[in-house]
Amino acid sequence: MHEVTLCICKLLYKISNWLVWRHGRSAISKGKAYIVGAYEHPTRRADTLSVARIHADVAKGALEDAGLSLGDIDGYFCAGDAPGLGAASMIEYLGLKVRHMDATDCGGSAPILHVAHAAQAIAMGKCDVALVTLGGRPRAAGASLALRAADGDAPELQFEAPYAPLTQNLYALVARRHMHEFGTSSEQLAWIKVAASHHAQHNVNAMLRRVVTVEEVVNSPLVADPLHRLDCCVISDGGGAVIVARGEIARSLDRPRVKIIGSGEAPKNAGAGKLDLSYSAAAFSGPIAFAEAGITPADIKYASIYDSFTITVLVQLEDLGFCPKGEGGRFVADGNLISGIGKLPFNTDGGGLCNNHPANRGGITKIIEAVRHLRAEAHPQVQVANCDLAIASGIGGALAARHVAATLILERD
Amino acid sequence: MVSVGKRKIAAPSPHPETEEYWRAAAAGRLLLKRCLACGEPHHYPRAICPFCLSADTTWIEASGRGRIYSYSTMGVAEAAYTLAYVTLEEGVTMLTNIVDCAECELRVGLQVKVVFEPCDGGQPVPMFAPA
Repeated sequence: MHEVTLCICKLLYKISNWLVWRHGRSAISKGKAYIVGAYEHPTRRADTLSVARIHADVAKGALEDAGLSLGDIDGYFCAGDAPGLGAASMIEYLGLKVRHMDATDCGGSAPILHVAHAAQAIAMGKCDVALVTLGGRPRAAGASLALRAADGDAPELQFEAPYAPLTQNLYALVARRHMHEFGTSSEQLAWIKVAASHHAQHNVNAMLRRVVTVEEVVNSPLVADPLHRLDCCVISDGGGAVIVARGEIARSLDRPRVKIIGSGEAPKNAGAGKLDLSYSAAAFSGPIAFAEAGITPADIKYASIYDSFTITVLVQLEDLGFCPKGEGGRFVADGNLISGIGKLPFNTDGGGLCNNHPANRGGITKIIEAVRHLRAEAHPQVQVANCDLAIASGIGGALAARHVAATLILERD
Repeated sequence: MVSVGKRKIAAPSPHPETEEYWRAAAAGRLLLKRCLACGEPHHYPRAICPFCLSADTTWIEASGRGRIYSYSTMGVAEAAYTLAYVTLEEGVTMLTNIVDCAECELRVGLQVKVVFEPCDGGQPVPMFAPA
């Protein structure tokens, strides 16, 4: 079955290349926008902060990082973690005056998609400086992993809810199938957590800073067979924000420039019964982003890969083209994702697995750590030397059911 | 032994588009939808075919036999339950639970047959047990 999938991926890659050539999409938005500000909230438990305050804290932090002020923002992007009516409540709380807004919600990958949409809006002249915020306090609130209450009108609900699908077992189904089709082992998945922990030891804000071993991961309690507790990300409070701006503005600021050169987004679901769990929606978002950027996975120096679970990273690495389908287990083993040791340094802040997974959504922190690398501002122990090209990719929703992949390719200017 | 465990099975809330599915389940029959325009079966059932958007869809009775596509057991002791995708003989894969199955027997590819377990409120819900 995976040969078929590979053929489909290759075909899609060719089609996306042709589309870029035919419609000149790269000429419209490629390289027109930059990430000029980035900020991660230091808190991991927000007992005394409201959700709106967290969004405001990160907005302020990103503006200060960029050297811009509130009045400069004319575009605002947020997802379902923002309280109130779409983007409107936070626009009011923050005192924003915008001429463009987008509250597309696709779970944890939303900020990655938002940055791409912001770049498109800037290229189209709809705004000049866009703010993207994410924030929440599920840990302090003792909330469940669900992103929001079940929608009684969701057409799938009555055919799913009786079976108690949860975030954990909906990712475990993909892990089980991957093991069956490709012989992937729990030990190979564990290497992803081990690599994240090697990075987290250097991050003073990380929730889990102790370096763990493969044995510790596979001997931790089963959460949803075959995923163990240490295959899962942390539950944390906090958030982050980034500012996306037009080239002229980016060049006027006193910060290293991070150019947005490629992006892709794609949904995938149970396919009305034609289900194939061997790949994720990143098999579509990745090739589109790489085609627009005009580079290949081999050119990438640093990778932020959304790590809600270890399996989330493994399937994305395959689907984005860092290794052939089915080879993810061998690719991640033996420290290949550890900065300074392996070929593809990933999630050098410790990722969702060890550092932070604010609002149960990991997209914003993926962008922020990629920006740090391209600015040479990551922790010295994990900084990738001469990092000129980075990727931030994520999966929002449930991997074995409906989910949305978003991929962003960034270049140091 | 994995079962439905001690958890309450959430009651489905049928609407006019799906009442027939749940009535059949109460009578011990598993239904799928098939499109009369393009011939494709699908699940979960829609009034409009997700492959060609035809409104000319009809209910068909599934054999109730299939194989486990993937599964995951969560929870401990009596609270444990097994979420799974089962691929039916008709070629349609559906989300479900595996019940009445020794944990050591669980494997991808295991032949299973439909059984009906009462949910909270009594409505029978299709699940699968070893064939």
